[in-house]
Amino acid sequence: MTLVKSALALGLLTVASSAVAKDSLTVYSYRQAFLVEPILEQFTQETGVKVNVVFAKDGIAERIAREGRLSPADVVLTSDFSRLMELVEKDLVSPVNNEAINQNIPAQYRSPDNDWYALTMRVRNVYSSKDRVGKLDINYEDLANPEYKGKICTRSGKHPYNVALVASMIAHHGEADTKTWLQGFKANLARKPQGNDRAQVKAVTEGLCDIAIGNSYYYGKMLMDEKQKSWAESVYINFPNQDNRGAHINVSGMALAKHSPNKDNAVKLMAFLTSNVAQQAYAEVNMEYPVKADVKPSELVASWGEFKADTLPIYKLAENHQAAVKLLDEVEFDL
Amino acid sequence: MILGLTRSWSLTGYMIAAVIVLPLIALLVQASFPDEAVFSHLFNTVLPTYISNSLLLIVLVGLGSLIIAVPAAWFIARCEFPGRRYFQWLLLLPLAMPAYIVAYVYTDMLDYAGPVQIALRQWFEWSSPHDYYFPSVRSLGGAAIMLSLVLFPYIYLLARTAFMEQSASLLHASRIMGCTPWRSFWRLALPMARPALAVGVALVAMETAADYATVSYFAVPTLTTAVYDTWLGYGSLTAAAKLSAIMLLVIFAMVGVERFARRKQQLFQKQSSLSAADRYSLKGIHAFGAFGYCASLLFAAFVLPFVVLLTYAVDYFDESWNEQFWQYSWNSLYIAVLVSVICLLLSLILMFVRRVSPRPSDNLPSRLSSTGYALPGTVLAIGVLVPLTYLDFAINDIYDWFGARGPGLLFTGSIFAIVFAFVVRFLAISIGSIENSYKRISPSLDMASITMGQQPRQLLTRVHLPLLRKGLLAGALLVFIESMKELPAALLLRPIGFENLATYVFQFVSDEMLEHGALAAIVIVIVGLIPLIYLNRSLEHAS
Repeated sequence: MTLVKSALALGLLTVASSAVAKDSLTVYSYRQAFLVEPILEQFTQETGVKVNVVFAKDGIAERIAREGRLSPADVVLTSDFSRLMELVEKDLVSPVNNEAINQNIPAQYRSPDNDWYALTMRVRNVYSSKDRVGKLDINYEDLANPEYKGKICTRSGKHPYNVALVASMIAHHGEADTKTWLQGFKANLARKPQGNDRAQVKAVTEGLCDIAIGNSYYYGKMLMDEKQKSWAESVYINFPNQDNRGAHINVSGMALAKHSPNKDNAVKLMAFLTSNVAQQAYAEVNMEYPVKADVKPSELVASWGEFKADTLPIYKLAENHQAAVKLLDEVEFDL
Repeated sequence: MILGLTRSWSLTGYMIAAVIVLPLIALLVQASFPDEAVFSHLFNTVLPTYISNSLLLIVLVGLGSLIIAVPAAWFIARCEFPGRRYFQWLLLLPLAMPAYIVAYVYTDMLDYAGPVQIALRQWFEWSSPHDYYFPSVRSLGGAAIMLSLVLFPYIYLLARTAFMEQSASLLHASRIMGCTPWRSFWRLALPMARPALAVGVALVAMETAADYATVSYFAVPTLTTAVYDTWLGYGSLTAAAKLSAIMLLVIFAMVGVERFARRKQQLFQKQSSLSAADRYSLKGIHAFGAFGYCASLLFAAFVLPFVVLLTYAVDYFDESWNEQFWQYSWNSLYIAVLVSVICLLLSLILMFVRRVSPRPSDNLPSRLSSTGYALPGTVLAIGVLVPLTYLDFAINDIYDWFGARGPGLLFTGSIFAIVFAFVVRFLAISIGSIENSYKRISPSLDMASITMGQQPRQLLTRVHLPLLRKGLLAGALLVFIESMKELPAALLLRPIGFENLATYVFQFVSDEMLEHGALAAIVIVIVGLIPLIYLNRSLEHAS
């Protein structure tokens, strides 16, 4: 029995050593820590509140739900919209009524109930090979055209970025048409969906496919990376649906955890993330489009040109999220 | 054995067993809950594919490793050729290679943009993927080959021992009666080795069923990845538990087959086993063939991936040699040591009770405690989280009741969950190792010590412990290497923000930049090599 006890004691020791200091915040982040850490450091410098960011690729909502009222999470940062909605659906967030935040973020980029906020926007672009395709004037609908048979690369259909795109298709065309579209899209794939967005552009560079689907900021990120620069340079970035409804927009965002142990500081951090300083940093470092109206995108991002964005309110995507996941399973998109 | 073993010993045994089977029970309870239509949706769409992929993969890997391992085992056990002494242990090395690392290296080489296809395109002047056919590495077949390459040593090890221990007189008789060596192999040696092969295949099948990383990297959906996705993607723990229950059904069926096969193993060969003089001495082309077979196997399964890893690590050394690397290495080491020590102590108690107790029913705790090995990491994680979460809340409720501030997430928020899961999964290994050592201690020693007035505790510490030393060490080492390698349970149970070498390396694999994590991968492989070499030495001494 002493063994069991000593094992327990060891476990307890480990817990004790990781106990949270008082003037600090815990951020659960779907975004990789290195993306947000520089911004959070500025917050610490300004306020003296230490921020502990923990990154997880998936399962954060599930974890917070399980942790319940014992959860140490204060703020959740997500890399896309569906994950914000997941938090809301599971009743894991609490509303924030902060004037500064509401002024900084336009109404269409936050929930009517103030329980989530978008921080940055990105376009789901179509990349085309410079050598084999050229600049494209393309609609998402065209991805199902037989002319692209065996020429398209994409990551898993179940990835939130793609699910959101499918959800927007459902919002515009209804489930039945979207299913037909997905079937055509799948039939055009050069290979089984795999890898991340950058890997698709890489596949175009290598000649495996001619067209790749990917978020806008990756284009900038690749151009800044020594090894990946050649990938980005082998493709054009095309904003889809420019002659009609506009390109599909996804957002990264934040929410206040329902059982946040440090709500005051948490709201302070959230307000900071919507301030000019932080929004500028998001634009310059991450190559995303800031949501705050008077903050301009970085020079590089601006050089890709103006574009027309789909005006579908973002929370409308949420209504079609489950339907999108189911359609993707039904057409066996990833199999 | 007649000995006044006090009730408290067997009680301790039963309590350990109860804690160890807790996850399995929790999982089954969770699976029996109704869920919100997620499971029926899965069942109607993708589940049949997941199940058939899983079964197909298990069959292919089982066959693949069998085909690879049996000739190698035969050459080593029954033939004499240059290098045999070295290949004997070199062929174990692939066990130290996590399959997903081998998979990554081969994908890098054989993909469209890899050196092999580029060379082919230049040679034949092809320009696009439509000009030729090249099998995709990232496929079910590819995954089966990768897993076979690293899992075949399980079968090799068991088959080698079986071939070595086969009755010499039987085989001599077959040769005298005119069988060619080839015929003697097919008609006699192979059928006699069948139970050992079945055990090996069952082990390989269990490892295959538990694999998460390789299939997830290859985008081949199986039940294991489905459990993960259902839990974290659909957010339904209950549906995930239902999938896990299906998986357990498959696995327990395999364990049943294995047990059945092993039962028969008792029946034969009590005569003189083969000596070195009985080996076929291979000459010329035959010797070259045996050598070439073993060498190319070693090259494909270990040398090539390892060398590629080394070049990655050298190229990215400055970047990888950082604080994180040390932190994660320490985390891995800390957990692995903790798990090994706990497994050792628990299995020692369990096996002591089983050995010394006069009650036949006291077999039960050690038997029950061995079931954890059959639970794949993803499945086990669910089973561990459910009761620990419950416990966490219960503790905090008690604090609340007294009006005090609770300690927070004591079990699920710390490494306790990982350590617990690893102990449940790997306890079977240390139990098996101690069981084997106990077989070699004559029961008369126990009787003698009791006659001389020793208490049970003294019998354990003064008689058994010194004699079990080797078995204990071997068991602890095996648990240690498995704890370093285990990925899915760590991935699901780690405290948020916590990384160890396995999760760190896998992160790089799934982001397609293993180059940056190669140094950490090498540490996993090298740490895994040490116990293998030790294991082989002790086996050699035994035979």
